[in-house]
Amino acid sequence: MDLDPTLLARIQFAANITFHILFPAITIALGWFLLFFKLRFKATKDAKWMDVYFFWTKIFALCFAIGVVTGITMSFQFGTNWPGFMTSVGNIAGPLLGYEVLTAFFLEATFLGIMLFGFKRVPSWLHSLATLLVALGTTLSAFWIIALNSWMQTPVGFEMRDGVAFATSWFDIIFNPSFPYRLTHMLLASGLTASFLIAGISAYRWLRQDRSPAVMAAIKCGIYSAAVLIPIQIFVGDLHGLNSLKHQPQKIAAMEALFETQRGAPLVLFALPNEETKTNDYAIQLPKMASLFLTHDRDGEVKGLNEFPGNHPPVKPVFWAFRIMVGTGILMLIFSWSAAWCLARRNSLPRFLAIGLIPMAFSGWLATESGWYVTEIGRQPWLVNGVLKTVDAVAKVPSAMIGISLTLYLILYAVLLVAFITTLFYMARRAGEKGKDDSSPSAGQAIVEIIAE
Amino acid sequence: MEIFANGAWLPLIFAFLMGLSMLIYSVLDGYDLGVGVLMRRATDEEKDRMIGSIGPFWDANETWLVLGVGILLIAFPLAHGVILTNLYLPVAFMLIGLVLRGVAFDFRAKAKISHKAVWNRVFFGGSLVTGFAQGYMLGGYILGFKEGWLAIGFAVLVGFCVIAGYCLIGAGWLIMKTDGELQRKAVKWAKLSLRGTVIAIALISLATPLVSPRIFEKWFTMPSILFLLPIPVLTAGLVVMIEVMLRRLPMVGDRFCWVPFALTVGVFVLCFGGLAFSFYPYIVPDQLKIVDAASAPESLVIILVGALVVLPVLIGYTFLAYKIFHGKAKDLSYD
Ligand code: HDD
Ligand code: HEM
Ligand code: HEM
Repeated sequence: MDLDPTLLARIQFAANITFHILFPAITIALGWFLLFFKLRFKATKDAKWMDVYFFWTKIFALCFAIGVVTGITMSFQFGTNWPGFMTSVGNIAGPLLGYEVLTAFFLEATFLGIMLFGFKRVPSWLHSLATLLVALGTTLSAFWIIALNSWMQTPVGFEMRDGVAFATSWFDIIFNPSFPYRLTHMLLASGLTASFLIAGISAYRWLRQDRSPAVMAAIKCGIYSAAVLIPIQIFVGDLHGLNSLKHQPQKIAAMEALFETQRGAPLVLFALPNEETKTNDYAIQLPKMASLFLTHDRDGEVKGLNEFPGNHPPVKPVFWAFRIMVGTGILMLIFSWSAAWCLARRNSLPRFLAIGLIPMAFSGWLATESGWYVTEIGRQPWLVNGVLKTVDAVAKVPSAMIGISLTLYLILYAVLLVAFITTLFYMARRAGEKGKDDSSPSAGQAIVEIIAE
Repeated sequence: MEIFANGAWLPLIFAFLMGLSMLIYSVLDGYDLGVGVLMRRATDEEKDRMIGSIGPFWDANETWLVLGVGILLIAFPLAHGVILTNLYLPVAFMLIGLVLRGVAFDFRAKAKISHKAVWNRVFFGGSLVTGFAQGYMLGGYILGFKEGWLAIGFAVLVGFCVIAGYCLIGAGWLIMKTDGELQRKAVKWAKLSLRGTVIAIALISLATPLVSPRIFEKWFTMPSILFLLPIPVLTAGLVVMIEVMLRRLPMVGDRFCWVPFALTVGVFVLCFGGLAFSFYPYIVPDQLKIVDAASAPESLVIILVGALVVLPVLIGYTFLAYKIFHGKAKDLSYD
């Protein structure tokens, strides 16, 4: 069989990052939630906050571990599959990745030990500080990696000499035009992912008659923060789209499946975009709405794919991924606001809402993944927009070898995903059955039993 | 000197920093991979304690690998591409090993009790695969990625050697961090792995000059042999001291329980120094020199400045963590 090594390398990279991002999406924001729980406990002296803290710390530890080891895989990927990436833009990608390791990874990895195992060994303020530094570390690492990724989307602050990029302004490189939008959008995405996870898992415990005050406190935290974050996210998403329209119009054209440049472009709600005939089959569309959203003028002109012959991304995946993300965002709005309303009015959740929150626990994952697919597939055929094509960066590793490693990774990730989700629900059940004494701060157990719960 | 002109000293500094982080990595992750491999021989209760002894550290230990590879990637992108594409499969296996042991570490304690034994085995298997793959990669690297059965055989040999070395340092760690029956067992394990390590070092030291004429010349010509003699002599001395210590441990009041670990670190440093000397000035043996593989000096300076500011702080809080978790592993607790 003769499989294209570029294709395989792309699939492998996509599989690895898709799996990796699941866990940072949780840990980046969950770290701040843990800090919040700890500080609430200090302020109120109410033991329920410590219960919440300990339960979610265990989940944090699990996510963190998977995030770290899959991240190590990511850092090797550049060399094993994309050597051309580093030889041509290494002068820019290198320092950004380097600062990520130096400022973020060591910080989070070292203080994680103190945060997880140091509760009794260090003074309380130091333990809170360790929690803060871990949260800060994960956020910082998002800062650096998003800076790099945004630079790949909207590269500035460099010059090309003999096919190699040299930095001219580090400030421009880091704070490139799409960076503020992308970072904000990603941090909010993480906040939403963690909020819905907390709300969903707690709703599951609540439905299993686990009525400890800690469960209700966690539901409220999750729901209220989701209800606050989601409108901000939608607003930021809109700004993000406007920014992309300016810098990557071909991406927006693919997102909207707009084949021809036009004034008063319609907003396609549903369609089967057909790249061969350049039409949208079975389209359901709102006239002039795309122009309204994108140019804030009903008759504004939006560039179509015809302006970028042979230089635009595949339409279908970008179009669909975008709709899944926005659709999930709207579901999030509906769920969080109605749940918040019930909680505020009646101080409890109707059963059907609680049941609905369980699958919503993973809505953040869905939206985050589809968002990244829009961004990354929307950048094709470029790896660094306008600078380096994806095909030119690929390694000359034989297909068979990539085939072996890809197969192994896929099996591994499938097993781990199942293990993660079943363990998550198992931990939720266990916490309910054993009551609250097992995870309270005074339970002096050997380290492993405690991680064990 | 010519190397100090136009920023050519920067690549050397980065080669040094990269070597240093790889060395630190092999010591730090070495002991926790070793503990993982040794876990096979422990009772269930001992397994928990062994895991407990590395719990707060393993994550930060692995970060040194990220730093080492990071520097290779950042400072020597050309070499990074050559090395990692040549070692494609062993790297993939090492990564899978690392993933497996990292997740097993957490899952074993959180999943159903009935699944714990499975995750324990995964932890052992992951540690073993990781150590072996690292040795295999080292073997391939020493030979400059030659092909053929001889090269593969050599790489496999180095794979086993590295496992022996990791077991030794892992056992040293356990002697230091545990007591009672487990500590006695660790002494026994240390004795066994010391034998393995000695054979390993001897084999590699003999094979390396034989397979690489350049290295042969480096070690066995007149002035340099005098400079270099201390390396094998000191290593032999350390090995003898470890053996002597192991025969006496454990001692009353647990005195000197840290000595085997410290001496083993010495052995690692010397072996690493010997290897580094053999390769210099190449970054890909016999193919690519350090100076020719480096990225633009402007970018290197940016990172160097950051590294000089951050490294002291980093070392500071690493010490803090080791101080906080100082002492026998059994009193470690989550809360
Ligand atoms: C927006 C967030 C984000 C994105 C897009 C990525 N990562 Fe990541 N990464 C994190 C956010 C993060 C994190 C939150 O900082 C993690 C996850 C859990 C953790 O422990 O740290 C992490 C861990 C992590 C680690 C282990 C760190 C350690 O040892 O502590 C490495 C080496 C990488 N990542 C590398 C990468 C690479 C090469 C990426 C892209 C190509 C990448 N990550 C995408
Ligand atoms: C975190 C979430 C991310 C996800 C889910 C994601 C997803 C993807 C996907 C699906 C592709 C394949 C696109 C295609 O080939 O059609 C891809 C490509 C790529 N992305 Fe990302 N990405 C993410 C973040 C990043 C970051 C942070 C970087 C770099 C710093 C990055 C660098 C790349 C590179 C080098 C490729 C390879 C080119 C290619 O396969 O086409 N990605 N990514
Ligand atoms: C509902 C309204 C939303 C809008 C209008 C919106 C808009 C966008 C746009 C235009 C992009 C592509 C940016 C580019 O050009 O590369 C994007 C990417 C992304 N979206 Fe959304 N989004 C919305 C909701 C969400 C939600 C609810 C989440 C997750 C919880 C999310 C997560 C992401 C992520 C992770 C990315 C990729 C990273 C980035 O480019 O920031 N989005 N979004």
